Amino acid sequence: MSYVPHTDADRAEMLAAIGVEAVEDLFHDVPAAQRFPDLDLPDPLSEMEIMAELQAISEENLDLGHFTSFLGAGAYQHYVPRIVDHVISRSEFYTAYTPYQPEISQGTLQSIFEYQSMICALTGVEVANASHYDGATSTAEAVVMALNVARGKRKRVILSPGVHPEYRAVIRTYVQGMDLDIVGDDDLTADLNDLAALLDKDTACLVVQSPNFFGEIEDLAGLAEKVQAARALLIVVTDPISLGMLKPPGEYGADIVVGEGQALGNGLNYGGPYLGLFACREKHVRKMAGRLVGETVDTEGRRGFVLTLSTREQHIRRERATSNICTNQALCALATSVHLAALGPAGMRKLAELCYHKAHYAASRIAALDRFQVVGQKPFFKEFVVRCPAPVKAINDYLLAEWGIIGGYDLGKDYPHLEDHMLICVTEVISKEEIEALADALSEAVEEVAS
Amino acid sequence: MKADFGVRCAGAEPVIYELSKPGRNATTLPALDVPQAELPPASMLRDGIDLPEVDELTLMRHYVRLSQLNWAIDIGFYPLGSCTMKYNPKVNEAAARLPGFAHTHPYQDVHTVQGNLLLLYELQEMLAEIAGFSAVTLQPSAGAHGELTGVLMMRAYHLDRGEPQRVRIIVPDSAHGTNPATTGMAGLEVVEVPSDDRGNVDLEALRTVCGDTVCGLMLTNPNTLGLFEEHLQDVIDLIHDCGGLVYGDGANFNALLGIAKPGELGFDVMHYNLHKTFSTPHGGGGPGVGAVGVSEALAPFLPGPLAVMCRCDEDDCGCGCDCGDDEIAADAVCFHLAMPEKSIGRVKAFYGNFGVLVRAYTYIRMLGAAGLREVSEMAVLNANYLKSQVQGLYPISHDRIHMHEFVAKGIIPDAPDVHALDIAKRLIDYGFHPPTNYFPLIVPEALMIEPTETESKETLDAFAAALRAIRGEAVTDPEVLHEAPHSAPVRRLDEVRAARQPVLRWQGD
Repeated sequence: MSYVPHTDADRAEMLAAIGVEAVEDLFHDVPAAQRFPDLDLPDPLSEMEIMAELQAISEENLDLGHFTSFLGAGAYQHYVPRIVDHVISRSEFYTAYTPYQPEISQGTLQSIFEYQSMICALTGVEVANASHYDGATSTAEAVVMALNVARGKRKRVILSPGVHPEYRAVIRTYVQGMDLDIVGDDDLTADLNDLAALLDKDTACLVVQSPNFFGEIEDLAGLAEKVQAARALLIVVTDPISLGMLKPPGEYGADIVVGEGQALGNGLNYGGPYLGLFACREKHVRKMAGRLVGETVDTEGRRGFVLTLSTREQHIRRERATSNICTNQALCALATSVHLAALGPAGMRKLAELCYHKAHYAASRIAALDRFQVVGQKPFFKEFVVRCPAPVKAINDYLLAEWGIIGGYDLGKDYPHLEDHMLICVTEVISKEEIEALADALSEAVEEVAS
Repeated sequence: MKADFGVRCAGAEPVIYELSKPGRNATTLPALDVPQAELPPASMLRDGIDLPEVDELTLMRHYVRLSQLNWAIDIGFYPLGSCTMKYNPKVNEAAARLPGFAHTHPYQDVHTVQGNLLLLYELQEMLAEIAGFSAVTLQPSAGAHGELTGVLMMRAYHLDRGEPQRVRIIVPDSAHGTNPATTGMAGLEVVEVPSDDRGNVDLEALRTVCGDTVCGLMLTNPNTLGLFEEHLQDVIDLIHDCGGLVYGDGANFNALLGIAKPGELGFDVMHYNLHKTFSTPHGGGGPGVGAVGVSEALAPFLPGPLAVMCRCDEDDCGCGCDCGDDEIAADAVCFHLAMPEKSIGRVKAFYGNFGVLVRAYTYIRMLGAAGLREVSEMAVLNANYLKSQVQGLYPISHDRIHMHEFVAKGIIPDAPDVHALDIAKRLIDYGFHPPTNYFPLIVPEALMIEPTETESKETLDAFAAALRAIRGEAVTDPEVLHEAPHSAPVRRLDEVRAARQPVLRWQGD
């Protein structure tokens, strides 16, 4: 099944029109020794057979429809309203290409314009682009942008250790050819004051995450002034759900706001596809990478939307482009828009507060257990850190085997000083009963696995 | 055959903020079932968010109406050159939405996601086999992302061999703009080489830039003219002989499935566009996957983690079956995630656009080897057939057998004021998406046409007939072309105004 419509008669007529005898004659430019190789692949399957096989493969997983999960750490289980999948399942959206012909792409273009508008509202800065690949690449592109704003003359990048470890890894991958001085997260316990002390005249940007990887809300007041005094840019990585209640980074003076947008409208999907939020101050827009949609008029004066400011982009500037990115995660951004518009301001507030209160209830229940301790002095949003009396893996194995609970993230993997520390995430999908079960399960696990 | 946009959508759709009325809402959330906690200090809280307030029906109608302003593969022919707008099979969508895949968290213990890892592992293996490579990463999210991955690996390879002076990337003038942009991002230098009069890389020019500062060559093959390099072996040998690596831009891989394996042709690294060649939907600009395949020499540098297979009777797999037990089946395996030895690092959080990977996996398993070869054969047949119907109407860039696409020139001698853009826009009125235009840059008035294998002869004939009719109109009534499109939801848009007076978000009436 190749989804091709060609009958034998079609093939014969078409070959005759081309003036060759056989399809093979179309490939004479391919070196004969390498032409028509065998492909060692499994035999083809019918639709019925592949769906049965995939069903079986998918059922080898333990999925969150059957197990309660307290995993977060950058990928979040939130309820996605049904309307989202209905909208993104429309062929007119998902089988369209990048909107290069604006006259017949107004649906995609206007939906991106609306997405940009809503992301600006959420983050509190003036310009948002059409999205990047994910939160990690958004953050890396923000660093590259800061280097460009400094015209390549500043080589220091300050990273908070509270930025997601994989985001910091991706930043390092992206800039490995740029000969930079990356500091800050060499001390995994550095706080905002320690980071600010690293600011100097060679600093291009300071990257901080709030809520940080540990779920804590960083006190950003005053940080932007210090960064600006060094003429560097403040990049804030954030969780869009938290912005339902928390003061947005733009109001603290952030120059660039980035984050993982998955939590709004996109399922977990084992890590992707997600979307990278990317927003910045208007004065920096011409250094911003990624697609931007702008409003304009047609020849009859009617409102319409186009891709704009393309002189920043690779197909015009080639090697002098701000980035090589040419696309966005349009369908994921559409899902985010639909979810945001469905929630509205009241729904966003309620959603954020549900996460906040449930997470705090869970923290209070766990803090009351013998030998478990909720650590951290700062206010937190929907995640918190628990010091466990045994290795996190041993506890999690017990929770899963005996209680059907998928426990929290093992922080010791990325933060050696946090061995035996678990990052627990609680969102609106977790019920009070499930929180009680977690507390009971942890309490029981101690008896079984901690010596 | 005219498009009927005007009938389906009488007027422009308001921006969603213009549909907003305070107090409306389109979502329900459960009541709080735990005691309220104390909120953070008021100084940390926001006052409100300027989001639209709409009911669910208004929201659904808004997006349905917006969707009706779009062209899409499921509506009609979409011959965008180098974009491979083939049919997106519906079974792929069902596969990606299987709850066992869709509702898994990327940080679950590997032993609880063996189905996901098996799929990742098998897709890595199948893609490697199809293109003749030793190993594949599925992590990059787009073609440009795959390019960055590949070029960073080439750089790392030379550094590892103690050759830091290799900083130059050779790029032909027919290349996609991403190639030089990627080179710049990786901190390397671009050297452009011209094409010869048959559309190949100019061998003499290439020879003069080869040397011990060359990191590698980025080559799209078939190139953006739709032509297979006639001196491919010479080109690859020149680069290899000077110590460089050859990067294949896989944007045009739809021409080569079962036809040739780039790895066997001598390419060291190549990105695949799963959203082009392997039928996953473009989604209006993403998500895609720019998987990267590499030779054995480059495999240690791949970004990670990769899915790897462990034998339960030999490896310390920890999968739960007792490894010391004689009862264990000799062929028992389980899957893990591992970082390659000299990895350039992660290029993305987690493991790739998994939902897209499920779609591509489904497609490859349904087609098998024979089906994949048929894809490329019919893609190339369609391109050459359509070219045979167009070549009397518009000049073709090169008089050769083409691969999966060809480039016509929008030049009509009796209508000198008519340009490729006018022809492209007029095609909209005839019910077709225009070809890619003004690319590649080396062909004047370029109309780059890629029909793909999923289009029928009748569709190609109708498209050729429209091009013929437009050629006639260009002479008798050029204004109708200059003012086209006439039947789209909007007329030509003022892009200069959009760039000079940027309005990038809704700011009220």
